[in-house]
Amino acid sequence: MIFKEKTRLVGDEIRAYFHEPLTIMKKELMTYFYTPIAYIVITAFLIVTGIFFFKDFFYYNQAEMRGFFQFLPLILTLVVPAITMRLFSEEIHSGTIETLMTLPVTTLKTVIGKFFAATLFVSLMLAPTLIYLITIIIVGSPDPGPVIGGYLGAVLLAGAYSAVGILTSSLGRNQIIAFITGLLACFFLWLVDKIIVFLPNRLSFLEYFGSDFHFRNISRGIIDSRDIIYFFSIIAISIFLTTKILDDRR
Amino acid sequence: MITARGVTKKFGDITAVNNISFSIRDGEITGLLGPNGAGKTTMLRMLTCFLKPDAGAITIDRYSVDENPVEVRKIIGYLPESAPVYGDMIVYDYLSFIADVRGIVDSDRIAEIGDECGINEVMHMDISQLSKGYRQRVGLAQSMIHNPDILILDEPTSGLDPNQIIEIRNLIKEIGKKKTVILSTHILPEVEATCDRVIIIDRGNIVADDSTANLQSDSGGMKRIIVKIAGSDYPTLSAELGRLAGVVKVEELHDGGLVGARVTAGGGGDVRPDIFKMISSKNWILYEMLQEQRSLERVFRELTGGGAQ
Repeated sequence: MIFKEKTRLVGDEIRAYFHEPLTIMKKELMTYFYTPIAYIVITAFLIVTGIFFFKDFFYYNQAEMRGFFQFLPLILTLVVPAITMRLFSEEIHSGTIETLMTLPVTTLKTVIGKFFAATLFVSLMLAPTLIYLITIIIVGSPDPGPVIGGYLGAVLLAGAYSAVGILTSSLGRNQIIAFITGLLACFFLWLVDKIIVFLPNRLSFLEYFGSDFHFRNISRGIIDSRDIIYFFSIIAISIFLTTKILDDRR
Repeated sequence: MITARGVTKKFGDITAVNNISFSIRDGEITGLLGPNGAGKTTMLRMLTCFLKPDAGAITIDRYSVDENPVEVRKIIGYLPESAPVYGDMIVYDYLSFIADVRGIVDSDRIAEIGDECGINEVMHMDISQLSKGYRQRVGLAQSMIHNPDILILDEPTSGLDPNQIIEIRNLIKEIGKKKTVILSTHILPEVEATCDRVIIIDRGNIVADDSTANLQSDSGGMKRIIVKIAGSDYPTLSAELGRLAGVVKVEELHDGGLVGARVTAGGGGDVRPDIFKMISSKNWILYEMLQEQRSLERVFRELTGGGAQ
């Protein structure tokens, strides 16, 4: 009974803490769907992923989504910064940051709210690709491990890239610069495990910094805590730095 | 109760606000007056915790702006300069977002504040389509939605047409009956029309801090009256005016066919009845008689080195 009461209280506390971030998240999602950007980005994403999925689907005649998941990290590298670029830059540019930052909400909660919005948006964007999954279930029997791992990895990757994109968006008032720096940062994370072949052996630990390296691990269907920790670290560090940058602007 | 002690803010080499101290009692409408770039907006941004002072302390109610920014923001309503609002939202969604963040559960509150600020008819329009006046009112509604004890308005009437200015001023006066209001402006009549108290700042320093009435009368307490007549010449008029009680100085005004004089009168009384009686007893025709009320403007010019219009 006491235990139940306690969990209820903790639950209430969590709900109270996340009330403001969730409100900000709702507002950001609403703004995404008010403007045509959301639909354009989603359409472009589905066309490109569709090409990669069906290319393998028809060529190799196998019931799996490997082609889709293989190129997903690179596609997200391009798409996520485009989604996050406006989150703070636009507020700084139009001055609405002044209204936002004088609401009774800590900077951290504001950043978390925007992070949730971007991650959820990317996840919503991934949702229609479940049709590919349905297609292969109809024609064959895919191994569930890589599919579950792939989607889990995709959401974690979306979160990490969103956090990085929000960080670059908080740097200035220009959305284009936010997009390009975000793209470069995400691309670097994607690239880093691929360039180690050119580096001396003792630098091979750099592999662990690669987002694609960890994504590949998860999308094999092996859910290892190291990979999960990697993505959560990127998210935590980026959110922390964004909060710091916004607070230092004062 | 708002107190600022020794507040300083620098942007690089520029000192925007230099060692400013003041305190504002509850229920006052205070005007922060100064030419462009005097540091008004910076000062207000520090009060609302948008900027951090480099030195000095600000307390609002019992909260320090440094230690408890979230608590301070809860009791403050803030309309930033030129009312930045989310252009791609509709008014209703914007206000319900603000209400939600501020934890307002009463769903009638939006309609109520819409009524108060006169924006109910644009509730379902995109904010980006609104005129400047409506946008300003949406900003005002946003700042008042949680019924704050302290309202901070940065140039609330800038960019509005004369009718809207009067509406907003009346609204501010109405609010000021119950709440503490701080507004910044570089428009003098605004302060004279709405504020109980004026703080004049120039280049980051306070140059005057007094009640509006005191500032007006301190400037010598002189009244200037412009008189334009026909049926006489200037020397006669000047001599007759000079004979009236309270008149200190008479200067000639040139205006086409009329004979004009600017009369400076001191003392407590009003000399206008005397002027009128004198003119009518001479059978001259009075075309115009106007009392200039520009004393605050003169105070302002003197204190800020003529930098303002």
